Parts: sequence; C-alpha cells; structure tokens
Amino acid sequence: MTDARPHPPKAPTAAEFSALDFVVAPMRERLSAFVATLRANGFAVGLAESHDALRVLGAPDMTGRDGLRVALRALFASRRADWDKFDAIFDAFWLAKATRGETRASDERRKPPTRPPGAGETEAGGAGGEAGAAQGAMDEAADRRESDRRSRASARESFMRTDFRHMLDREQLQRAFLLASRLAAKMRTRLTRRQRIARRGRRLDLRRTIHRSIGRGGTPVELMFRKRRVRPLKLVILLDASGSMIAYTPVFVCFMHGAVESFKRAEGFVFHTRLVCVTEAIREKNPQRAIERLGLLAEGVGGGTRIGACLATFNAHHAARAIDAKTVTMIVSDGFETGDAEGLGEAMRDLRKRCKRIVWLNPLLGWRGYEPLSAGMTAALPYVDVFAPAHSLESLEALEPILACM
Amino acid sequence: MTSMFPVRHEIRERLAAVGYIADSDLATALWLMELLNRPLLLEGEAGVGKTEVAKALAAVHGYKLIRLQCYEGLDQNAALYEWNYQRQILAIKAHEQRANSVAEIEEHIFSEAFLLERPILAAIRSEQPVVLLIDEVDRADEEFEAFLLEFLSEYQVTIPELGTVAARSIPRVVLTSNGSREISDALRRRCLYHYVDFPQPDREAAIIRARHPEVEARLAIQVARLLQAIRQEELRKAPGVAETLDFVVALSGLGEGDLTRDPDAIHEILTTLLKTREDQSRITRKVVARLVAKVA
Repeated sequence: MTDARPHPPKAPTAAEFSALDFVVAPMRERLSAFVATLRANGFAVGLAESHDALRVLGAPDMTGRDGLRVALRALFASRRADWDKFDAIFDAFWLAKATRGETRASDERRKPPTRPPGAGETEAGGAGGEAGAAQGAMDEAADRRESDRRSRASARESFMRTDFRHMLDREQLQRAFLLASRLAAKMRTRLTRRQRIARRGRRLDLRRTIHRSIGRGGTPVELMFRKRRVRPLKLVILLDASGSMIAYTPVFVCFMHGAVESFKRAEGFVFHTRLVCVTEAIREKNPQRAIERLGLLAEGVGGGTRIGACLATFNAHHAARAIDAKTVTMIVSDGFETGDAEGLGEAMRDLRKRCKRIVWLNPLLGWRGYEPLSAGMTAALPYVDVFAPAHSLESLEALEPILACM
Repeated sequence: MTSMFPVRHEIRERLAAVGYIADSDLATALWLMELLNRPLLLEGEAGVGKTEVAKALAAVHGYKLIRLQCYEGLDQNAALYEWNYQRQILAIKAHEQRANSVAEIEEHIFSEAFLLERPILAAIRSEQPVVLLIDEVDRADEEFEAFLLEFLSEYQVTIPELGTVAARSIPRVVLTSNGSREISDALRRRCLYHYVDFPQPDREAAIIRARHPEVEARLAIQVARLLQAIRQEELRKAPGVAETLDFVVALSGLGEGDLTRDPDAIHEILTTLLKTREDQSRITRKVVARLVAKVA
C-alpha cells in the first residue's frame, strides 16, 4: 500500500480482493459480527465500509489493538455521538470487557459471542437498569397490543400509549394531531438565498441567456433570470412534561407528533428535570424501537421542572443543529420553575438570539383570574414574542392566524 | 518529495516537521485517507485547528492546497465551473461575420478554452494531486451536499456542455464542519470521521513551541494549562488554538516570562482570548488570579 500511483476510487477489484485473503476467514466473520453490533448501536455502516475495514486489517503496517481501534473508529464513526461511544463498543466486542447499556438494549440477538454472560449487569449498574426498563416497556406494550387491535398506524399507536395511556381520549388527541398538520400547511414559507432559473426573477442568469442567444446570432433576445427559492419555516417545540402540566401533556404530545410529521423541518423536545429530544422517537417507524426510546423518556415525567436548566441544555447541545435564524420556537409550559428564575431568563435570552420567534403557550393563561406572576414566567416573558393560552383545543385553533403570519 | 505516507508511524513526525503537532488518532485518520482514498470529515468547535490539518497535509505532501469556502447559496457556478461570458459574446460576434453555422459556434464557445475553473474543477483537472479543503461544509445547503456526494464517490464531475470530467489525479479531500447544521448521513458515510477536540495541555504546549520556538518550555506549559482552565469556565466562546498563539505573542510583547508574577498584566491581555463582552466580564481579575495560581 505504499506505491505512488493514484488509486482508482472504486471498490477493490477481484485481484485486490484476493490479495486480502490473508485476512483469514475467522477474522472476516468476526469483523462482520462487529459491523452488525455497530449497526445495532445506530452506526450507519454500509458494505463499502466493511470492505474498507478488511483492507485496513490487511495493511502491512496495521499492527496493535489500539491502532486498529483508532483506524476503525475513523472509518465507522460518522458523527460525534458515534465517535464518543465507539471505544466502549469496541472494547466490549473485541476485548470482552463489560458492556455498556447501549449494546445490551438495542438487540439481544446480536450479542457479541465472546461476552461472558451477565457481565453487563454487575458493572454497568444504572445502564443495565435502564435497559431493563426498556425491555419491561416492550413486554407491556406487546401485551397491550394483543388486547387492543385498531386500524391506526402502528408506530403512532405505540407512541401514544407508552406513558400517557390513562389520559387517552382518542378523539381529542386525533384533533390535536390534525390541527398541527393544518397549522403546518398554513405557516408561511421562507425565502432562501438558493436560486433557481426562471423566466422572471431577480437576477439575470448569464449562462442560460448566452446559451439561448447563440441561435439568434449572439443577441440576447430571451433573457433568463434567477429566482429565490422558498423554503418552509422550521418549527421547534419544547414541551414541559412536569407534574403541574400533566393534564395537558398528552394533547401536546399529539400536537407535537402532528407537527413533526407534517412540517418538513420540525423537531420535538420534552423536558421536566432534564431535556430529551423526541424527534427521532416520533419519527421511528419501528414500533418496538419507538417504545424503547420513549420508555427512557418516561423517567421523571410528572415531577418538578427545571425549565432554565433544560433550556440551557437545549442551547448548549441541540440549538446549533435544531435552530437557525428562521426557526420558530414554541415552548409549552406553565412557567412554574423549580430551579432559579434568573437562569431561565438567561437561557431565554440566549435562545431568543438564535431563533426568529419564540411562542410561549401557557395552559394556565386560559384560566380566569390567572396572571403570569410566577418568578419563572416573569423572567421569561421579556423574550417571548407571542404569549398565548393553550388550555383547550379551541385556544390552540385560535393560534392559527397568529402562526400563519410569522 | 514523495507523495505517499510510507508507514503509519511516520506521519506524526512528518506533520511535526511542517509545524503541525498531531495526536496519533489524527495521524491514523490521515493514513487511512491514503490507504482507502476516502475524504476526511473533521468536526469540532471553532478554533481547534481543523483548517490547519488540511494545510499541514498539503505541506507534508508538497501538494497545492485548494480551498473552497462554503456559504449558504453556494452553487455549482461558484464551486465547479463558470463560462467566460465576455469571451463567449465576443466569439459569437466574430464567428457571425464568418457566417459559421449555429452548431459550429456552439461547439466552439462551449469548449475548454472558455471554461473558468472553480475550486473543485481545478482540483480534479490538476496533473499533480492536490489537497482540496472544503471548509465549513455545514454552511452550504442540502443541494450542494448532494452534488458533493457524486464528486466524492467517483472523483468526477459532469459538465452538461462538455461531458464528464474524470480526475487526472485523486485529490485528497478534507471537509470541515462546525455543526451549525446537521450534515446528511450519506455524506458522512462517504467520509472518514475525526472529531477534533481542544488539545491536551502537553500537545498545546508543543504547538506553542512549534510556532514560537523562542518561548520557554516552562512558560508554554503554563499557558497551555491556563488555557485548559479558561476553557473549563462557562464561556460563550471558548478560545481556540489560534487565540492561544495570539496570547503568546502578547505575552512576549509584555516581556513576561512567567504567568504567576503579574496576574493583572495577564488580565489586560485576555482580550486576545475572550471575544465577547460577556466572557470578558465573567473572567475578572480575581478569576484570573485564581486560574493562574492553579496552573503554576
């Protein structure tokens, strides 16, 4: 592998492949089992990557376990999250050390063969418990599925039942879902700087104009223009799932679900004492995994709220990806902060800088005699663009015209 | 200069020779780039030296560095090629007088002579391999990413008027991202991945010494430790390696050989590290004194 010719950037040819034969067959099998483990842990590993891994294993100066770990990490990881958990998975698989929760929770059938049975439980205490909870949730859900067969999409079904089942009023939830879809259609699209060719537009497109002018002896009779493209507005919903909000949570979860499904670009987060991104869980097509994911979210629902801390977490870890300058952020909360209100104010100020508008929906605002005087609400209000009640579906519907003109 | 990295272990030394202090993980990633002909995606906070990697890679190989800075709305005209319209118009007029046919004129004015190279085309048309730096790819939009995908998997591009242009030499492609937008999985999968973190104090000290050999080893490690402590404070914008180097220059401007001697003077030159008003008000004289005492 030390020659200077430019490699053809294709998959290895048959000759190259046979050159890899000294990567002995058992090693290949182990490697493919490793790739399966990675996939089970959410890595996007394709055939091309597996193939390249074989080439890495076969490279003459590829020696030592650490070298291999680093090389395979560069090859298989494709984002920060992968990068961070790769070492644990690698060690679990190749060194048969105690595994982390992730390797256990995702798929029991793909257990790496060499792991001593039961090693995970003792050493990875908390993580093992989490995995157990997820497993329990799965069993429970399976039971329920037996007893109740409806014709709704299965992904959604499992989603809605997971933790809020005692609240279910299907008709109401359905309305919330549809309402969110309708709002999505109404929200105005935004202009981007990306341009497309058009007969009328803002700027002349010289390339097309000259091309068309050839047939007319170089006289630009037909002018071609560029037009700005429109792009849908992005919506991010942050939903408070604390004890004081419990009566409203299911409706808003459905609302969020509808929004994430019908907006092209939308994200959903749930928070109470900590913040969890639920976009993926909601989008999850595989109901088993959706339950697993939401099962983890359930911890702490119905407890206190640390809105400020959760918003700060959002700003620090999710905002860069989830929010741009043309995003509308919708916070659904009663503003009862159990942490400190000052922190909430700061987090709101940071958030306000990053996004286009902040809409705060407060269920209590619909109550007669309520005034937003709680310390948390007072601290947050200066940064809120639209402060509206959301105690009933009617009040949500009343939001339509407001959101439509954003 | 030989074009390939012969052995994995030599890469770090070669990089060090051109002034880039790499950790072994990065060295392995660069070695894999050569072995597998894959582009390398670097992610990390602003200021950790992602762009420097590409520069160092170019210096090690003795290749030319071609840089493509991404921005929203970046399109093929700016990234790949553009026609030279002025020349085309003149050529059409000239041919008109000779009464050439439309087809002839068209063939003439859409030939390579009228083509203006942009970074990507320049990279694949170069006889010598080049290092192509696609900087801050997260600023470009999805459409551009899709276009990159074709280029990165085949190392060829298609120009409608000319046909497919295959690479004369395989460029080494380095992409960087600050995470301002999530990059698509397809593009990520095409690339090797390396997360660039702020350097550990000993590596940062080595970087300082590599750039400013006149700085004493003791001061360099002091500065590196101070920087680590500052980055652990809650700041809006953590200072990067470039800021560290500015700070070192400011220090030598003060003629300061030891951080602990005059914390107030250190506080004065923190403007080289802290770039927002809030951060500056957060790191007060007291905080500086505390941090400096910790690192001494």
